[in-house]
Amino acid sequence: MTTLSSPLRATTADAPPSSPGPRRRARRTPRDWLRDGGLSTLVIALPMILVFGVFSWFPIGRALVMSVQQTNLISTPEFVGLENFVFVLQDPLLGKAVANTLWFALLALVFGYPLPLAAAVLMSEVRRMRGLFSALAYLPVVVPPVVAVLLWKFFYDASPTGVFNTIAGWVGLGPFPWLQNADSAMPSLVLEATWAAAGGTVIIYLAALVGVRTELYEAAEVDGAGVWRKIWHVTLPQLRGVLFITLILQVIGTSQVFLEPFLFTGGGPNNATLTILMLIYDYAFGSSLGGNYGAATALSLMLAGVLAVLSAIYFRVTRPWSS
Amino acid sequence: MKSANKRAAFALVGVLSLAGTLTACGSSTDAAEEPDGPVTIEVSIDAGLEQPAIDAFDERIAQFEEANPDITVETKEFTWSGTTFAAELAGGTLPDVFPIPFTDGRALIERGQIADVSGLVAELPYADQFNPTIAAAGQDAEGNMWAVPIAAYNQGLHYNRALFEEAGLDPDNPPATWDEVREAAKAISEKTGQAGYAHMTQSNTGGWILTTETYALGGRMTEGEGEETTATVDNDATVAALEMLQEMRWEDNSMGSSFLYDWGTINQDFAAGKIGMYVSGGANYPNLFTQNQMNPDEYGVTVLPLEGDDAGTLGGGTLAAVSSAASEAEQAAAVKWIDFYYISKLTDQDAAVAEAEVAAETDQPVGAPALPIFDQATYEEQQSWIKDLVNVPLENFAPMTDQMFDQPVIPEPAVATQDVYAALDPVVQAVLTDENADIDALLADAQTQVQGLLDRS
Repeated sequence: MTTLSSPLRATTADAPPSSPGPRRRARRTPRDWLRDGGLSTLVIALPMILVFGVFSWFPIGRALVMSVQQTNLISTPEFVGLENFVFVLQDPLLGKAVANTLWFALLALVFGYPLPLAAAVLMSEVRRMRGLFSALAYLPVVVPPVVAVLLWKFFYDASPTGVFNTIAGWVGLGPFPWLQNADSAMPSLVLEATWAAAGGTVIIYLAALVGVRTELYEAAEVDGAGVWRKIWHVTLPQLRGVLFITLILQVIGTSQVFLEPFLFTGGGPNNATLTILMLIYDYAFGSSLGGNYGAATALSLMLAGVLAVLSAIYFRVTRPWSS
Repeated sequence: MKSANKRAAFALVGVLSLAGTLTACGSSTDAAEEPDGPVTIEVSIDAGLEQPAIDAFDERIAQFEEANPDITVETKEFTWSGTTFAAELAGGTLPDVFPIPFTDGRALIERGQIADVSGLVAELPYADQFNPTIAAAGQDAEGNMWAVPIAAYNQGLHYNRALFEEAGLDPDNPPATWDEVREAAKAISEKTGQAGYAHMTQSNTGGWILTTETYALGGRMTEGEGEETTATVDNDATVAALEMLQEMRWEDNSMGSSFLYDWGTINQDFAAGKIGMYVSGGANYPNLFTQNQMNPDEYGVTVLPLEGDDAGTLGGGTLAAVSSAASEAEQAAAVKWIDFYYISKLTDQDAAVAEAEVAAETDQPVGAPALPIFDQATYEEQQSWIKDLVNVPLENFAPMTDQMFDQPVIPEPAVATQDVYAALDPVVQAVLTDENADIDALLADAQTQVQGLLDRS
């Protein structure tokens, strides 16, 4: 930095004083752009742009087109207008899928949202072995999701000799049907999903807690605040920006829940865990002869639209509190 | 200067990697379109095989390549699944030769989604010797065979002989009526603690087995043909089948605690000795043995009890199809492979013995009975060629083989088969997981749904 600034300063000193008023910005020519490394920047960015274009933007564009088509992806597609949207809205399973998804989101919010926060706050208070606790909290995130689900499927064995039922039996409870019953299947899915995802959120909260100014705690202590009042009046307000973001991310994430119902129950029993994304999957791939891709993309777009509107409203409403 | 060099180096790497990607894409397409000279085909091999089974497959490839020096065979793991096949078909990721169930043959042919190899198939010496009912699954409306039947099955009642003995039942005298099935299930459940009778419910298999039970009780899920097909899901036989399941589940408590089985998972649990009886394809033995390590001595299978007028056994099978993306040379090589690997062992003594020897050497099952794709005489002749190499306990199959040719085989619903099965999955799941499930209401809903599916097909 120093070596570059010295000659510049020398040049400036020899030049006549500039005229007062706003400086006119020099027009950048393509040559300037080239000389400043524009080409290499573009070339370096190009693979990423291509990857995003091919794997993200192009499929989104195709989805828009397919939502107004009837196609099996092999024969020539047929334009059907809004027929796919009408089909989806008239499907009796849509209401069931929306209700199930909302139920999953609510359960995940009640159990999955406060848990990582509480864990992070507690871990931030621990003086020794914080790294070990962080690693332990994050460990489930490292386990591949499919492996985690298969593991939990084993735990959820509904026979009296199943892992969880054996543990419940020690205290005289059960055996519980877990995934094999329409009432208990969804809470069972939420339990595993919370276990699997909490670690990532804990790390985010821990990172945010580092940014909380220690003098605020000291001031609170001087004022006689205990641990809970410090958390309530200092920690949470200082984390509110992160909390708002994780909340909306969780809502978006849980609205798109697929892995757990797909691998645990296939949407059963009797559609009790059929979520919106499961329904989209069933539209597209439920039939071995080529599914209703038009309906699948139509429902995908509707879901994306709802989530986009929800996010916009959320950020508009919470803007005054998060600044 | 240093940073300028760095930028240039990054730019070079970026350009080279991009060029490499584009070149790779280009060369792949060119090779696929090469019509003459040496040809390479990709053939499917069952996913999840044990090493001896893979060795046996590789040995067969080596024999094929020796007989056809211009053809190179590569393998790709593929097991047909109703929920992934459409994506693989649309995505172009299927191998050149792949198996499909009878239920999909006609529709894939009508839509041109598999290669028309009927000209090549017609040249095969046994082309007109297939059982006509079975051949129809792979033919178009004019009778041209686009896909070759390679295996057929009739549904059977599979049972665990060890659990039968443990429950005080005679494994050589399996249930012959549905009442006896229920009694045996109850005895197994009470005496062994395992599921007496288990039922598939997921990935369209719930509807498949419910349809099987319906046929066995004299009912049908659809009536009519083509566009005139109507749903008859709420028939008396289906009601009787579901009531039987309801009683076994909630009164006898003889169906265990797992009610989300599909084909793969029920095979796993049966092979592991957790299930006394279940209904599935009669030719399930190879999967149970090679992929699930079942003890052959514990395996038993019998025909389904048929009760009521017009009762029959649901029958189906597997077709070998060729990818529509295959070039002419690849199609020709693919049909040669189908002939060599799947069919010649059924029609040619040398090929039958060679295949059986490889299987026996690698400890794979030889001689497991199955419904023949040709006639009964051809089947029995083929079995006689390899009788010295048979390593499966044929006496355990006797309850099936002694009766299977006497039972009427009824094909699966012809229109939107997998969709119909999918619509029936939740019905079976509801009966098995909800004690208060209203069978009439469930079937009324399913009837409306299936009729809607048929109307749209």
